[in-house]
Amino acid sequence: MSRVSVPCHVKGTVALQVGDVRTSQGRPGVLVIDVTFPSVAPFELQEIMFKNYYTAFLSIRVRQHTSTHTPAKWVTCLRDYCLMPDPHSEEGAQEYVSLFKHQMLCDMARVLELRLILRQPSPLWLSFTVEELQIYQQGPKSPSMTFPKWLSHPVSCEQPAPLIEGLPDPSRVSSEVQQMWALTEMIRASHTSTRIGRFDVDGCYDLNLLSYT
Amino acid sequence: MLQEESDLSLIIAQIVQKLKGSNLYAQLERQAWASLQRPEIKLESLKEDIKEFFKISGWEKKLQNAVYSELSVFPLPSHPAAPPEHLKEPLVYMRKAQGSWEKRILKSLNSMCTELSIPLARKRPVGEQKELLNKWNEMGTDEPDLSLFRPVYAPKDFLEVLINLRNPNYENGDSLSFRTHLGLIQVPLKVKDIPELKEFFVELGLTTGQLGIDDSTQVPPELFENEHVRIGQKVLAEQDSAAAQQYIRQGSPTALRAELWALILNISSQPEDILYYEQLKTNVIQHDLLVDSLIYKDVKLTASNDDYYFVFEDYLYQVLLCFSRDPSVLGHFAYNSASPPKSYIRGKLGLEEYAVFYPPNGVIPFHGFSMYVAPLCFLYHEPSKLYQIFREMYVRFFFRLHSISSHPSGIVSLCLLFETLLQTYLPQLFYHLREIGAQPLRISFKWMVRAFSGYLATDQLLLLWDRILGYNSLEILAVLAAAVFAFRAVNLMEVTSLAAAEAVLADLSTLKVMPLLQIFLFATVT
Repeated sequence: MSRVSVPCHVKGTVALQVGDVRTSQGRPGVLVIDVTFPSVAPFELQEIMFKNYYTAFLSIRVRQHTSTHTPAKWVTCLRDYCLMPDPHSEEGAQEYVSLFKHQMLCDMARVLELRLILRQPSPLWLSFTVEELQIYQQGPKSPSMTFPKWLSHPVSCEQPAPLIEGLPDPSRVSSEVQQMWALTEMIRASHTSTRIGRFDVDGCYDLNLLSYT
Repeated sequence: MLQEESDLSLIIAQIVQKLKGSNLYAQLERQAWASLQRPEIKLESLKEDIKEFFKISGWEKKLQNAVYSELSVFPLPSHPAAPPEHLKEPLVYMRKAQGSWEKRILKSLNSMCTELSIPLARKRPVGEQKELLNKWNEMGTDEPDLSLFRPVYAPKDFLEVLINLRNPNYENGDSLSFRTHLGLIQVPLKVKDIPELKEFFVELGLTTGQLGIDDSTQVPPELFENEHVRIGQKVLAEQDSAAAQQYIRQGSPTALRAELWALILNISSQPEDILYYEQLKTNVIQHDLLVDSLIYKDVKLTASNDDYYFVFEDYLYQVLLCFSRDPSVLGHFAYNSASPPKSYIRGKLGLEEYAVFYPPNGVIPFHGFSMYVAPLCFLYHEPSKLYQIFREMYVRFFFRLHSISSHPSGIVSLCLLFETLLQTYLPQLFYHLREIGAQPLRISFKWMVRAFSGYLATDQLLLLWDRILGYNSLEILAVLAAAVFAFRAVNLMEVTSLAAAEAVLADLSTLKVMPLLQIFLFATVT
């Protein structure tokens, strides 16, 4: 399905920590990232994509546009989604992740703002975040066309033309022709990615030194 | 559900794309054309009839084997936004470390080239070509002067690089804390612990019959061995790769091993393959590469000195020299964290049309590389088949033993698995060895890098490699290394220096691999 990237403004991460940030020894284990959409009307969220960087668990809260004059509330749409099965080891630490509409706990119809809550309980990592955050909404549906009258209102109860002796059944011929056409289309569309198998250039393999780039 | 369906269709598309360029595709096409002559194939139901024909004639099985082979070798397609480097290696700092290691190797090779004034590649004059062609089957009798050549690197140089591998986002304090690893490897990769290994290697359990244990002379063959051989023959008759891979987890009978390995690796010697090998042979004869001298030197230093393998010296040259010229090996760099070295035709520096890979297969051999081929010579005597088997074993398994990656079968994970197993289950031994300055990995690293080739007796080594193929993983190498330490623990507790520890573990040729593994995994009281 098509999707369209929504320009978003990612605010700086805010660390949540108990006690005074300067004097306490440990590093924060919870970060909050706010994502706003300043130039876009409330839209339907299709997909959230990002590159993980050592975040173990992700929760997302969304604030949606309500039609009445009640202020929009924050609703949790994703709770403790696990990005790293073992927070102390590297598995999943730098993976690309996509989260879709159907994985969310609530309806994502008129999104105003998103809040990503990142958790990394392990003290082993110096920092954690998510990178390359991209939000997508549903792409435009194919424009509705007006069909010509004869396509949308076929004439019903049409009498089939009487079969002429000696000629094959036209419906069978048409299905066979369709199959053969499909075969030719497939042959045309196929292409391979195998190598030719030669390592020299026009028979010459006289080399300089190896290059470092 | 949507996600799974789209993942599946992506995997299918990728496999179809890969298989379209293969021999099998051309053969299936030819068979389909030929089958049109058959009376049961009708034009209206062409698709179904041909599918039925393939099923009956065994071609569907061949296709299944090819698909299974692709699934085993290629990693699953990752996220569509992930760049190709991410498929090679997801962790950025490991990619960087591999890049700097490769640069060091290239510098070393370049300096060898300039110091000795030998070109990287040279076209042989016609007289020399004829001479080499005549001597092709006895290149071992050649005694070229190799004293000036030195191997580009040895396993211990690579170990130093792995020891210095650090994740910049990891708390690497100078002082010892719960964060530091007590072993040599300091990166926090996920490795399996013994309960997970027990589940993974469930067929090696105490209640399952094994070749290597239950075929010894004291055990009557009716209990296990005869039935196992019968099943093996049935698997071969069915020509099913997946069944063979499952079967070989309990070991392969010696008589069936060559065919079973070929079935699992999906190697069948077609005329095209023999022709391809002959083409590579022609390339060897036409061009002389600097890498050839490195191969010669390596064979002379390692395999020729080995009691079991010196007879195969000529085979080793025939395989390794052709291997260096095989561009099809370049395909495996898509999922290998390493990259092939690049060069330019003389005088055309920087012009992309004149960029080539050196050596043509992109793999620079190191000290001990020929030991990957040597054990295979016991199984295959026909050079083109031996070559195909080695090439497939390399692009499936052996490349992981000398490149820096986070893959569970990569050498970094194997080292960490070994150290973790030893620390967890033999803490006293580990502490003692560490105190005397004999970090266990310094001794076992060379075993794992060579997949134990040259250290174990050949029949034991082949039983070990059976399991590598059966489980499609190299983790068994780390488990065996830990099991060897466990076996010799009493002697090791008494040594007081690294040299003495090395001496205790110098000779592994009397060890029986399967009992050691079984006891370590399933019978050790913790």
